[in-house]
Amino acid sequence: MSETDTRAAVPAPRDDDEKPLLKVEGLVKQFPIKKGLLQRQVGAVKAVDGIDFEVRRGETLGVVGESGCGKSTMGRLITRLLEPSGGKIEFDGKDITHLSTGGMRPLRRDIQMIFQDPYGSLNPRHTIGTIVSAPFKLQGVEPEGGVKKEVQRLLELVGLSPEHYNRYPHEFSGGQRQRIGIARALALKPRMVVADEPVSALDVSIQAQVVNLMDDLQDELGLTYVIIAHDLSVVRHVSDRIAVMYLGKIVELADRDSLYAAPMHPYTKALLSAVPVPDPRRRGAKSERILLKGDVPSPIAPPSGCRFHTRCWKATQVCTTVEPPLAELKPGGRVACHHPENFEDQQPQDVVLLTAAKEAGELVPESVRKAGTPTETEVSVEAEVADEADDN
Amino acid sequence: MTELSKTGAAVGEPVRAQDAPTAFLEVRDLKVHFPTDDGLVKSVDGLSFQLEKGKTLGIVGESGSGKSVTSLAIMGLHRLGARGKNVRMSGEIWLDGKELVGADPDEVRRLRGRDMAMIFQDPLSAMHPYYKVGSQIVEAYRVHHDVSKKVARKRAIELLDRVGIPEPDKRVDGYPHEFSGGMRQRAMIAMALVNNPELLIADEPTTALDVTVQAQILDLIRDLQKEFGSAVVIITHDLGVVAEIADDILVMYGGRCVERGPVDDIFYEPQHPYTWGLLGSMPRIDRAQTDRLIPVKGQPPSLINVPSGCAFNPRCPYADVPKDNITRTERPELREVGGRHFTACHLSQEDRTRIWTEEIAPKL
Repeated sequence: MSETDTRAAVPAPRDDDEKPLLKVEGLVKQFPIKKGLLQRQVGAVKAVDGIDFEVRRGETLGVVGESGCGKSTMGRLITRLLEPSGGKIEFDGKDITHLSTGGMRPLRRDIQMIFQDPYGSLNPRHTIGTIVSAPFKLQGVEPEGGVKKEVQRLLELVGLSPEHYNRYPHEFSGGQRQRIGIARALALKPRMVVADEPVSALDVSIQAQVVNLMDDLQDELGLTYVIIAHDLSVVRHVSDRIAVMYLGKIVELADRDSLYAAPMHPYTKALLSAVPVPDPRRRGAKSERILLKGDVPSPIAPPSGCRFHTRCWKATQVCTTVEPPLAELKPGGRVACHHPENFEDQQPQDVVLLTAAKEAGELVPESVRKAGTPTETEVSVEAEVADEADDN
Repeated sequence: MTELSKTGAAVGEPVRAQDAPTAFLEVRDLKVHFPTDDGLVKSVDGLSFQLEKGKTLGIVGESGSGKSVTSLAIMGLHRLGARGKNVRMSGEIWLDGKELVGADPDEVRRLRGRDMAMIFQDPLSAMHPYYKVGSQIVEAYRVHHDVSKKVARKRAIELLDRVGIPEPDKRVDGYPHEFSGGMRQRAMIAMALVNNPELLIADEPTTALDVTVQAQILDLIRDLQKEFGSAVVIITHDLGVVAEIADDILVMYGGRCVERGPVDDIFYEPQHPYTWGLLGSMPRIDRAQTDRLIPVKGQPPSLINVPSGCAFNPRCPYADVPKDNITRTERPELREVGGRHFTACHLSQEDRTRIWTEEIAPKL
């Protein structure tokens, strides 16, 4: 991967080390489906099905996708809360793919996780002091000035009062609990924090407080974040680079600005266009809206070739048979697509649209087409549909 | 029903005695209080609004601001069974010339499902897991229509088809767990629409859904509204959703309305500091600017001990701008600040305009 090309888009690396902090190659996780008396395996949920990416030091990598795309499984694999079925995970040059629990323990200081549900992730019978000091006990670390002092410092760091030390989780609101979870994750000064939907359970005003907090802590402590979220607005706000997942695969991995300005994978484009924009005046200008039909196919039997071809308006014959590789088409922009948007077609000879594509093409309502100037997509869809009509 | 002894300051238009309103749905000075061991929870404390047929009202606010309690009150769902003993309601809810708060529960039951219907946030818990989706829709239809099961089943299939469920004649015999999240939400919309209700209340209809499915559902609600001409109340915490779908917006805070007006006014000339806070805390997908968000500091108020004066004063950065500490002692009235645009704030019009144009708008 040409890392040097994209370096500029990422905040200056805090380490002199050129190597990425986390490197993932061909990562696979399958959950077996067992049936019958003998519990024979009859199939597998391919939750994560061969993904490659790296996380650079000091950056924030955002991971987005619909529910069931495997983003949370990915988060639990790179923190080794789950055992990978295949592939390789390297943390700071060390292969951690199949380390035992004991082997992982020293690394737990460096890799921490923030969970989605601030209600489920704190033990209701433990005080805040016990919860936040647990990492010190487990790791046998005696911080300078004692555990209690350090915990109180951490509570202050995340915007809580040190007097909260002896209180129980139920005495706190959702936003405050999330701060407690963050304090616990930061206790051992980790180098990488994996946050799985850190703000999605919170109200907008509280969400903004937590987003700002995570931002400040990154600056202060030089943290590297992997933030998994389904909210594309939040991801845009916090990430340096973004990986878009669909059915266990990364379909696009790009710098934030280029991803939002010119998404290359049709799925990314559809995802972005579906986000409601808080701007009523743009309601009429919905010409770029792409409505995906139906639901995500089952990860037990994902579609052949490109997994998105069943819902894609650009899908052609080649998409059903050949799986597009995640290729670096432009600096800082990797995409797995035969017919990317905002870039030259990778399979220009293949022009016969599939049925799904034709239906998707019709989805853009007629009234909208007449209303605004047609966008690039529509033109291309129209052109391709016309091409095909000529062929027949 | 227990009358509230405590009246407090009336919000909005003064309640006129029993005169039937002109609007299709009119809520006047609605109060819903729940007595608990810890004290009286004032979930909704003097709410008034109107809604015409064919229009959409978006109610936004944080959790605990009273959005859902309002919708359940309109549907008459607070007074069912044992729960009914633990609620104190007052005020008036007029639906198409009929008053609902003081009405006989049986009367309200006849309206519920036929004239007004509701879409809930979580379709998995709103549908019965043991009954087929079709049977649940059939039941909803036959309660209000004296027809055979066969006719009702046809109607159910027709509705499932209308909300975009593929192969409706097969899916009608499916169970809720066999549907995906988006499909279940569609099925629930079909159930709500089976009697052609004139008022549709959607409580966080898309919160549990992915954005792509959310877009489908919002389009569906919009299309159906156009087709049936119903009045729609959509309750959400997502300002993006209301920007897409609502004609009017009502911002709730601490059980009261702090601002209400046409959607454009709320987004481009918001008057209340809490509305500014909501707009400032929202990460924007449509802006490249990624400066820090401007959160509302502090926590939402407890509904048992609502701060005196303006409920927002402990979190309001401008609480000290008006003179004489009035924000902490006197509750602001909902006042009209422009055509159909109301706000409840002690800041003077000049101060609001100055703060909005000089301090808030440039940062958004």
